[in-house]
Amino acid sequence: MPNSTLDKAKKGNPFIVVKLPSGNIKSQLIRLGIAEGDTLKCIQRLPGGTIVVQKNRQEIAVGFDLAKKIHVIIQ
Amino acid sequence: MKTDNLVSLDKDKIITPYTTLIKPKELQKVVLVGNPNVGKSCFFNFMSGMYVDVSNFPGTTVSITKSHFQGNDVYDTPGIYGVGSFNDEEKVARDIILSADVILNVVNALNLDRDLFLTLQLIDMGKKVSVLLNFSDELKKRKIKIDTKKLSDLLGVEVYQTAAVDKLGFDQIGEAVNSARVGKQELDLHFLLNQVMEKSVPQSDALLILEGDEAIAQKNNVLCGTADERERIYINRRNRVNEIVDLVEYEDSKKGEIFNHLGRLCLNPVTGIPILLFMLVLMYFFIGDLVSQRVVNFTENKIGKDLFEYNIKSFTGNYTPVYVDVKVLDNNGSVINNKTFNFPSGINANPTLQKEFSEFSKQNGAQSNFNFQNPFVKIFFGEFGVITMTVTYLLFLLLPLVIGFYFVMALLEDSGYLPRLATMLDRSFNKIGLNGKAVIPIMLGFGCITMANITTRMLGSEREKSIVTAILQFVIPCSAQLAVIAALLSGAGFAPMILYISVILTVLLVLSTVLNKMLPGESSPLLIDLPMIRFPRMSNVFKKTFFRSFGFMKEASFWFFIGALAVGIMEVSGILLVWQDVLAPFTTTWLKLPKEAANAFVMGMVRRDFGAAGLFHMNLSIMQKTVSIITITLFVPCIASFVVMLKERGWKEGMMIWFGTWIAAFLVGGIVAQIVI
Repeated sequence: MPNSTLDKAKKGNPFIVVKLPSGNIKSQLIRLGIAEGDTLKCIQRLPGGTIVVQKNRQEIAVGFDLAKKIHVIIQ
Repeated sequence: MKTDNLVSLDKDKIITPYTTLIKPKELQKVVLVGNPNVGKSCFFNFMSGMYVDVSNFPGTTVSITKSHFQGNDVYDTPGIYGVGSFNDEEKVARDIILSADVILNVVNALNLDRDLFLTLQLIDMGKKVSVLLNFSDELKKRKIKIDTKKLSDLLGVEVYQTAAVDKLGFDQIGEAVNSARVGKQELDLHFLLNQVMEKSVPQSDALLILEGDEAIAQKNNVLCGTADERERIYINRRNRVNEIVDLVEYEDSKKGEIFNHLGRLCLNPVTGIPILLFMLVLMYFFIGDLVSQRVVNFTENKIGKDLFEYNIKSFTGNYTPVYVDVKVLDNNGSVINNKTFNFPSGINANPTLQKEFSEFSKQNGAQSNFNFQNPFVKIFFGEFGVITMTVTYLLFLLLPLVIGFYFVMALLEDSGYLPRLATMLDRSFNKIGLNGKAVIPIMLGFGCITMANITTRMLGSEREKSIVTAILQFVIPCSAQLAVIAALLSGAGFAPMILYISVILTVLLVLSTVLNKMLPGESSPLLIDLPMIRFPRMSNVFKKTFFRSFGFMKEASFWFFIGALAVGIMEVSGILLVWQDVLAPFTTTWLKLPKEAANAFVMGMVRRDFGAAGLFHMNLSIMQKTVSIITITLFVPCIASFVVMLKERGWKEGMMIWFGTWIAAFLVGGIVAQIVI
């Protein structure tokens, strides 16, 4: 699924990050290890849409509104 | 520069031993830096031994711990993902890092790709760094191999394998300090840095300026880098990290293997909600029952009132006119005996009466109420005395509660449950313009609103701080108040409880929705790292509890004294009485409560539970009780939270919230009264 956003990801979906929202939040994402071009996996989708992603051995929770702004390719 | 110094000192030593005495080795500032939950504090505890100096960083709730290690000063810093100014913790860590001589960078070997970002940033700052690769023991278990030799070559600094839990590799810490050196920087970045450094800016400052840190740019009086520039540097650094990790890490097991099973159970709603409920029940028994009932009853009444206040008041009474009402209560709280002792020229002046008073007031169940005639004595030693009431309040009521709450918070934090709780609640908080992290100040509010007001600093934007501060002052009952509310509602049946909870929840929803619509800007989204769930390390939990409680008491105590002074002056000058008269008509016609209930509202301004406790002795119907506790819950915060709120949020916002609670309390209480009574 090209041109999707992270909030559409379902539990178990691997995805590639295509574009991050700009501003401070981008810097914070890059620090945590979420950068454009990275492959991550959605490991949990909570009711309402909070997404938990996994990168290597690390788990990061991403709020629904932020997830909507992260462009990804879901595989 | 410093190394040169050391070398020359060593030479001096050989020739003339005296010079070492005159010129002692220069004290180095060693700073422990790392991501959250990498075990920094284990290293710090080991290095510091007995002597630890704690201070609250000015303007933050972040505490700094400092100690000595092998003749150097050593500092612990809050966990950060990068050096910058995104929040208070980062700013505090940034300032200590900038002034550091040597940095010991603690890295979680299991999360190399996340942690090395900070490492590279520290190296780019041109600081002398050594890397402590922690959790090395876990690597074997998970069949991961890290080539530390290669890692050290790529970074250009020494890398030491450690396992903090078993203190493995701790014998190398001294060597790590001595071998710390400036690491390898990228040429492109170095070129950019040099441009800033030409304006006589130190390299570490130069990097932060390029990365858009305005405070640091202002300090050095140079132009600040843009957000785009920071992004370029960050992406570049991120790529370097990924390259390094690819080169040094070998994983034998399959990637993404599930090892954080319990953590996932906490997040999955099917299992997560029962776990949350279980935690809440545990918390209720610990804080609601043990600390705020049993412990506080003992400390406040037995130690605070019967011992401390009684003695200080009767001592003061020796020298100043006073009359004392002594009531003797039985076990059910009803008065069985009552006497008034009048000492127009002080207790000492009348030895016969003094003896009688002393015997009468020291029997079981006796409560002495000292009425001092001198207004100044009254302000300091009277019922709301700056010295008497405030000390009892701070040390014997608030301190046990604050310790209890911070202890629970530390447990939740150290176990890794807190970020998962924030994640689970995030969507619900989104609806009222907050993110999941707001659960922390709101939870603390059930302990003490003042403590929660200070904690709002951790929130991401001014907007969120305003919303949470308003919620705290309007709807959250603090533990002192909760105890009285619970007592009033007990035995009243189900209906009043449902009515109370639904009214308060409605106000919460209306208030936060309106604020969310009204306040400009956007709230910060949730973006939170979920550390592994583990059994909390008690030494860490106790340390955090102690430091935070200490920091809070240090910061808030002064404001409690100021608040008590203000109330004392109002009492002596008769303003309190005027208020009671002004409020009386509202109370009787609109709220349909007896006239004396107005006292409860006036007292509620001082201490929220005073307000609620005043209702005990009135003959109220069940619905009248319900109306009064609704009104009191919504009513103004206690005097200390009021002052701290003004300090945190400014006069304008603070006064708006304060007056808003008056309106909300009487409006909502009145509407309920008109319907149900």
